[in-house]
Amino acid sequence: MNVLTSNWSTYWHGFLGTLWLTLASAALALVLGVLIAGFRVSPVKPLRAFGTGWVTVLRNTPLTLLFFIVVLGLPRFHITLPFFTFAVLALGCYTSAFVCEALRSGVNTVPTGQGEAARSLGMTFGQTLSLVVLPQAYRAVVAPLGSVMIALAKNTAIAGSFSVVELLGTYRTINELGYNIVWTFVWIAVGYLIITLAISALFNVLERRVAVSR
Amino acid sequence: MTVESSALYDVPGPKALARHRLYGILALVVIAAVVGWVIWMLFHTNQFTYAKWTAFQYKGVQELLLRGLGNTLKAFGWTVLFALPFGALFAAGRLSDHRPVRWVSTLVVEFFRAMPLLVMIFFIFVALKVEPLWALVAGLTLYNGSVLAEVFRAGVLAVPKGQKEAAFALGLRKTQVMTYVLVPQAVRSMLPTIVSQLVVALKDTSLGFLITYEEFLHAGKLIATNLDYDLPFIPVVMVITPIYIGMCLLLSWLAKWLERRGRRSPREGATPVADAGPVLDAQG
Repeated sequence: MNVLTSNWSTYWHGFLGTLWLTLASAALALVLGVLIAGFRVSPVKPLRAFGTGWVTVLRNTPLTLLFFIVVLGLPRFHITLPFFTFAVLALGCYTSAFVCEALRSGVNTVPTGQGEAARSLGMTFGQTLSLVVLPQAYRAVVAPLGSVMIALAKNTAIAGSFSVVELLGTYRTINELGYNIVWTFVWIAVGYLIITLAISALFNVLERRVAVSR
Repeated sequence: MTVESSALYDVPGPKALARHRLYGILALVVIAAVVGWVIWMLFHTNQFTYAKWTAFQYKGVQELLLRGLGNTLKAFGWTVLFALPFGALFAAGRLSDHRPVRWVSTLVVEFFRAMPLLVMIFFIFVALKVEPLWALVAGLTLYNGSVLAEVFRAGVLAVPKGQKEAAFALGLRKTQVMTYVLVPQAVRSMLPTIVSQLVVALKDTSLGFLITYEEFLHAGKLIATNLDYDLPFIPVVMVITPIYIGMCLLLSWLAKWLERRGRRSPREGATPVADAGPVLDAQG
């Protein structure tokens, strides 16, 4: 307990860092993921190929390597941004591949007949998408998206080793002050649990709200 | 037109086809422009000069990279070796008839799945003062083993109930039911998922870089930060990234291949001709 109370501000900064990193990366991952998923289901071949390539490469790249490339590589191209932005870029791009796959498999669960019926009723593409396909796909997407977001929150720990202020990185400061190392990690673990459990609770609520008995 | 997008689009007519072609050309132009910019940037920042690539000619550098790759594979091998029994053990624990065993296993599995892997690795490395290799392997084993435990459990539970009932009706003991009836069937359906999880483990060996384990990325960093070779960071990335992605892709393809092979298994309503299944359904 003593470890937590005496280092409250260090922990709090780290916790907020992790939280912001998670939120910012999640936003980027969702935007990119939707875009790439759109590419992957589009009838335009080059876009499809690009989407497939993006997902295949990013899903098979270790996140540490991606961080390594973004944080240390982009400055060689004379692109210098704050470390936080670099971390968001790496995490967001990496996670976007998983978001894309969750979305795509969600869209694929919608039976073909639904789209055909909508079109035969004279709906335009936009109407088909927004009124028929997406609402049904959404149900199949919520649960996998939740696991992707939890994985993202856990992955933010890597950013600490690349000069971003976040929760895991706080152990260095506290360790130097000579506090009990085991308890230091216990409180770090609690911090991560708070974030992951909050995300999982949020997605449980979402899931229950869209659930229908079929 | 692919099958997967047919819920969204009709079969295109001549006008739509022309439009798609136009979009395709526009997309190609944009992609080509981005690729061109990257290549121009590479030349502009002098990444292809002789000095930056000369390092790879030295035997010492090549050996350093190979040693790093070997260490990565070593950590991966140990992880596979430990994580599979760990997963099997705790899956059995979660399926146990004894409540305390079930509770303890559930607690362990859920805890290690919820913790960020890197936090565990750092804890083992910093607090327990374990060598980097074993800290990495222990962390990877705990995490991937726990995920595998869930995979195993789901696989065993997914075997049709009649199998278990029939086995009990024949008078097999519960251990026999598990080992002779449920597990052999479950392994078939789980194999792709297990291999996919191994891809995750292989990717995560790169976390060893953060605890100064001398793996592949570490070797790359050593070369990239060497002033004698004119800081060849981009060349190093261009060498190690394809190797990493290639290794993971190979494993991913193995998983996909296993999945495709498993799909024409007797599980798909062909139970009566179980033995002849693979021959009869060869086109599946």
